[in-house]
Amino acid sequence: MWRRFARSLVSPRTEPAPIASSAGLAELAAAVDGAAQARLGRSLAIRQVDAGSCNGCELEIHALNNPYYDLERFGLKFVASPRHADVLLVTGPVTHNMAEALRRTWIATPDPKWAIASGDCAINGGVFAGSYACIGPVDSVIPVSLRIRGCPPTPTQLLEGLLALLAQSSGARG
Amino acid sequence: MSDLAGYFAQAPAITQHRPWPRVELDAAGWHALVEQLAREPWELTALWADPPAIHVCLRDAETGTLIVASHATPDGAYESLGRVRPSALRLERAARDLFGLVAEGTPDSRPWLDHGRWPMRMPLGTNPVPRRLDEPAARAVDYPFLPVEGEALHQIPVGPVHAGIIEPGHFRFHANGETVVRLEERLGWTHKGIEGLMRGKTPLDAARIACRISGDSAVAHALAFARAVEAAVDQRPPPRADFLRALMAEIERIANHLGDFGAICNDASFVFLQAEATTLREQMLRLAGKLFGHRLMMDAVVPGGVARDLDWEGAEALRAHVDQLGPAFEKLVKTYDNRPSLLDRTMATGVTAAHLVRRFAAGGFVGRGSGRGDDARRTPGYPPYDQLDFEIPVQHEGDVHARVWIRIREIRASLKLIREMLAQLPTGAIRVELPTGAGREGMAIVEGFRGDVFGWVRLDGQGLIARYHPRDPSWFQWPLLEAAIEGNIVADFPLCNKSFNCSYSGQDL
Repeated sequence: MWRRFARSLVSPRTEPAPIASSAGLAELAAAVDGAAQARLGRSLAIRQVDAGSCNGCELEIHALNNPYYDLERFGLKFVASPRHADVLLVTGPVTHNMAEALRRTWIATPDPKWAIASGDCAINGGVFAGSYACIGPVDSVIPVSLRIRGCPPTPTQLLEGLLALLAQSSGARG
Repeated sequence: MSDLAGYFAQAPAITQHRPWPRVELDAAGWHALVEQLAREPWELTALWADPPAIHVCLRDAETGTLIVASHATPDGAYESLGRVRPSALRLERAARDLFGLVAEGTPDSRPWLDHGRWPMRMPLGTNPVPRRLDEPAARAVDYPFLPVEGEALHQIPVGPVHAGIIEPGHFRFHANGETVVRLEERLGWTHKGIEGLMRGKTPLDAARIACRISGDSAVAHALAFARAVEAAVDQRPPPRADFLRALMAEIERIANHLGDFGAICNDASFVFLQAEATTLREQMLRLAGKLFGHRLMMDAVVPGGVARDLDWEGAEALRAHVDQLGPAFEKLVKTYDNRPSLLDRTMATGVTAAHLVRRFAAGGFVGRGSGRGDDARRTPGYPPYDQLDFEIPVQHEGDVHARVWIRIREIRASLKLIREMLAQLPTGAIRVELPTGAGREGMAIVEGFRGDVFGWVRLDGQGLIARYHPRDPSWFQWPLLEAAIEGNIVADFPLCNKSFNCSYSGQDL
């Protein structure tokens, strides 16, 4: 174990960062103001909220923490409570059963804050659109600043979107 | 124990149902069955509503015989099976919430999936009742959790939004100091109306939804759906498709077991193994994405076959990958097994009793970690597994450690299976056109990474989906988690929960 550990220090598996999504940057420009940029620096705390996903999105979000993507090197960190979060990363078609919990989680998140609709379900209901049990996309429940497409979005797609948010919120555009 | 097939020999059988028999019972016959189930060890494999009928699938664990017994409920009520078979309780509650069929005499008449927030009650029943969304609904706070009596007990409510990147569920702990006296789960938060969405769809369109019943079991659920449809229309997929499906299913099993192995170690604060295991998982998913067009292999299994063929280079890449994965994984196993501090957390933690596992017919690592060795790949069995030799590991300790070891041994078995399948991979077509099969019914049981996935389909006059019921293995594992945590400390709950790794979405539907 220790040999392996030492080797990973010399030649890590972590890959270079992808380029922040340009579509995401355009969408974010309006959502992030200068005051927020100053306050957050280059760090964002993310609380993930599953609002009814099939758990495919969660698997890929989990993958962001593996050594290949190593999310924390960017100052991006998943936190356990919305009260510690700057960003809600919301997945799923927002079921009626989860809508209230999502709303309350948003309220519990301190300003400045942003919500990301992650995955096709969160953006437009995906294959679950039109069900009696779903209330609608995330932006019908809380305001959304960034949309990341995919079913589920791959870790690379997620990273591109998150880096766009980081670039915007820290003022280092592009 | 009576013979299951013999017991139903006199009941009228439905001819359009394949491949196992379905019989119809009148009220007296249903009542007799309830009484019989109180005595027989027959396993309850599934229970679902298709108004006006309630269906139950039973299994004789000794012979592997499967049979579906149905009872028409003209007044929307039937005698509860949950009264004598607790594993049916949540299924009956779900059948009432969604379809309005009432289990009479049930010891638990609380709602399950219906949290009082849908625009109608009984949304999939014959007569949904509109609900005003501004009316005071059955709010979460009003749900009557089971009472606990005694001094010095306190409640810990957790969820539905709880720590970590995890699906939503509510856990109500009653604890005495550190020790859990009772855990009660409240689920249904991710109910998306999957069974309603599949109605009226072509089998091909419905297959896309089947992949998303539980994203981690995309292949298993798609396979159960495809095999149920193929059984209904009586059309076998080409042999090459059977092998490609099984390759995907084993890749899915390996990837999920690697993830669980790492996550369990992480919950015991041993992060090194999490980092290493997620690395191996990532490598597996990348290859899956390259070979089958999607990292989780969604939409790769379709009714009639598979969507994409595996070329020679792909097969070689897979062979090389499993050759390299095996030794890399064994190093992690060695690390796991040589860390007393880690084993101290996993051994004797979250012990699940063998009799409960049998009583609930719990499959996968939950069942096999507590001595129940059933695996759908062997019984009832399906191609190509009936032509292959593979090990089904069984442990008897029933603790977190046993469930870890089942996963380790299953990864080994799956790696071997992949090698064998690649060596025997038949040539030929990967997909056939399915006949319409108007009015027919089909059923399938396949083995996902989590356990046996059951699927039952009824096609309408145009061959569209009139009813599909998927039963995720989690239905029979969630209730056992409540029993496994009893007497453990609250801090060990994440460890126990992760060792079960039940699907929220798969049971919420």
